Amino acid sequence: MDTGHRRVGDQPWVRRTLIGIALLVALFMLVIPVVVIFAEAFSAGWSTFAGNVTDEYTVHAIGLTLFVAALTVPLNLVFGTALAWSVTRFRFPGRKLLITLIDIPFAVSPVIAGLLYLLLYGRNGWLGGWLASHDVQLMFSWPGIVMVTVFVTCPFVARELIPLMQQQGSEEEEAGVVLGASGWRIFRKITLPNIKWALIYGVVLTNARAVGEFGAVSVVSGNVRGETNTLPLHVELLYQDYNVVGAFASASLLAAIAMLTLVVKAFVEWRQSRPIVSTPEKEVS
Amino acid sequence: MSITIDQISKTFGRFHALRDVALDIPEGKLTALLGPSGSGKTTLLRIIAGLESSDSGRILFGGEDVSNLHVRDRNIGFVFQHYALFRHLTVAENIAFGLESLPRKQRPSKAEIRQRVEKLLEMIQLPQLADRYPAQLSGGQKQRVALARALATQPRILLLDEPFGALDAKVRKDLRRWLRALHDEFHFTSIFVTHDQEEALELSDQVVVMSQGQVEQVNTPTELYAKPESRFVFDFLGHVNVLSGAVKNQKLAQGDAWVSLPGHRSEQEAQLYLRPHEVHLARAPSVHARLPLRIDAVSLIGSEVRIELVPEGWHSEEIWEIGMSHNEFAQQNPSRGELWFAVPDVGHLFSGDNSQPKTVDWQYAEAANACNM
Repeated sequence: MDTGHRRVGDQPWVRRTLIGIALLVALFMLVIPVVVIFAEAFSAGWSTFAGNVTDEYTVHAIGLTLFVAALTVPLNLVFGTALAWSVTRFRFPGRKLLITLIDIPFAVSPVIAGLLYLLLYGRNGWLGGWLASHDVQLMFSWPGIVMVTVFVTCPFVARELIPLMQQQGSEEEEAGVVLGASGWRIFRKITLPNIKWALIYGVVLTNARAVGEFGAVSVVSGNVRGETNTLPLHVELLYQDYNVVGAFASASLLAAIAMLTLVVKAFVEWRQSRPIVSTPEKEVS
Repeated sequence: MSITIDQISKTFGRFHALRDVALDIPEGKLTALLGPSGSGKTTLLRIIAGLESSDSGRILFGGEDVSNLHVRDRNIGFVFQHYALFRHLTVAENIAFGLESLPRKQRPSKAEIRQRVEKLLEMIQLPQLADRYPAQLSGGQKQRVALARALATQPRILLLDEPFGALDAKVRKDLRRWLRALHDEFHFTSIFVTHDQEEALELSDQVVVMSQGQVEQVNTPTELYAKPESRFVFDFLGHVNVLSGAVKNQKLAQGDAWVSLPGHRSEQEAQLYLRPHEVHLARAPSVHARLPLRIDAVSLIGSEVRIELVPEGWHSEEIWEIGMSHNEFAQQNPSRGELWFAVPDVGHLFSGDNSQPKTVDWQYAEAANACNM
């Protein structure tokens, strides 16, 4: 009898049951919904889909969504890198607190974040009133959307970088300084190559979230069709208009972006896990 | 280029890493900073390099105050404990980094840099590894590359932080010898940090023993081992056997053990420190000492037989260790569990708070007695 060698859960029926449950859950919760999105989007045929997607308001929503992402990503790239750099390379009072504060956007519901911004920067808000008297309107226009999107996505880059930079330590950078390199040269030649893939990973996640954010944006955008309507908001509007096929057509665009993101993410993860041994083996004479 | 460390102090929060350290590092010599962890040796090295700033005091290179000079401009070579090779650059690129970082006016041409790198690769005996990445190197190879990288800009000062700490014993020995040879050839002023007394004594021209942020003693390896000036240095350099007790009637006694101290008049608490080679074993107590010990272990490996003993009828914080030649061992044949008596030949007496030891030599006393008779 070799039952003594079996670990707990090694029996075939346990294995089969667990795998079966996992597959079933994945099928019903993940695969079927995604398939349905595309099935519904194309349910009235190609031409309807094309018509829905090229609809004036939809095109505007796509444009606005991409525009917001295009502003958010670089902002958070710079912010996240600077933040990760400062908390991993310097020791200062409040450093631990800062690391905790980075996570606030994860902890706070996006709707609440949107409300906070509305209270603060809205026409009747503390800062909003002063801004309004100077003819600056942030809420219910695209700057507000960008602001809340930046807020919601700001942990992604920093969160990716901090553990990596902590683990790598600052010895390489110190070696660079001792060898006489300028700060910029050290960043470009030593730091950046070391964090490159984590940075890209952070950007991919930031982008995915920036494109898909609904809650916070819906509070501050005002849902003006053709003006402050992002793609996720547009989906909801279409659905409320009983235009189910149109809603799914827009939703399929978001799903497509999401899947593209997953592909990029998978590639980056694969790249990250590879050790740096890519030189062609040279003949040693 | 000589280095002068002038009253350097450094605190981390409430922790005093260095207290008023003053030290002269002679030009062209290999100096070891030796001490247990937390003694401030690495902090001192980093302050000399400029990677850390001191709270007070000055650092001078060849008489010139460099305290306010940026690391970048100090022109030193620094070898980090874990090598800190740039993992995304090849070996050749790593070595060239310092040269390529020079201001445009001083920077050699690309061809010259390539030549210099090739030369350095020859020097570290790794020319075939130029295109490898650090991850593809062994520990010893990484260490050599780190050294070549540090030497590429021809610094006048080379600082090494625990240079052999992460290597296995065999590689460590080879590299030590190689570093010594390299140093003898180029004669830069080098300082290396270590907690390994053997490494410090073997490799350096001068050893600085540090403890709790202060310099305990500075001397050549031979002098340091022969004449430790404090209990700490004694304890830290090699094994030491201690008899601590009270002095009465020119005798240091504790329990069943005593040692005569001819001519020692003051009566107070004292400790007698004995190196393993300063004691021999006998079947019976001698005229000037009675130190009963039971053999706990016998180690035959090495050029000497090492015998570990436990005090019998008295107390010692650490076990006693006595060395004897294989020849002696064969004659006397001491074995585990037997009761023997330790007979000191030379000892070092620390009495009261006096931190300077007094050397006691019984062989000499006996010889003198024999002459008088």
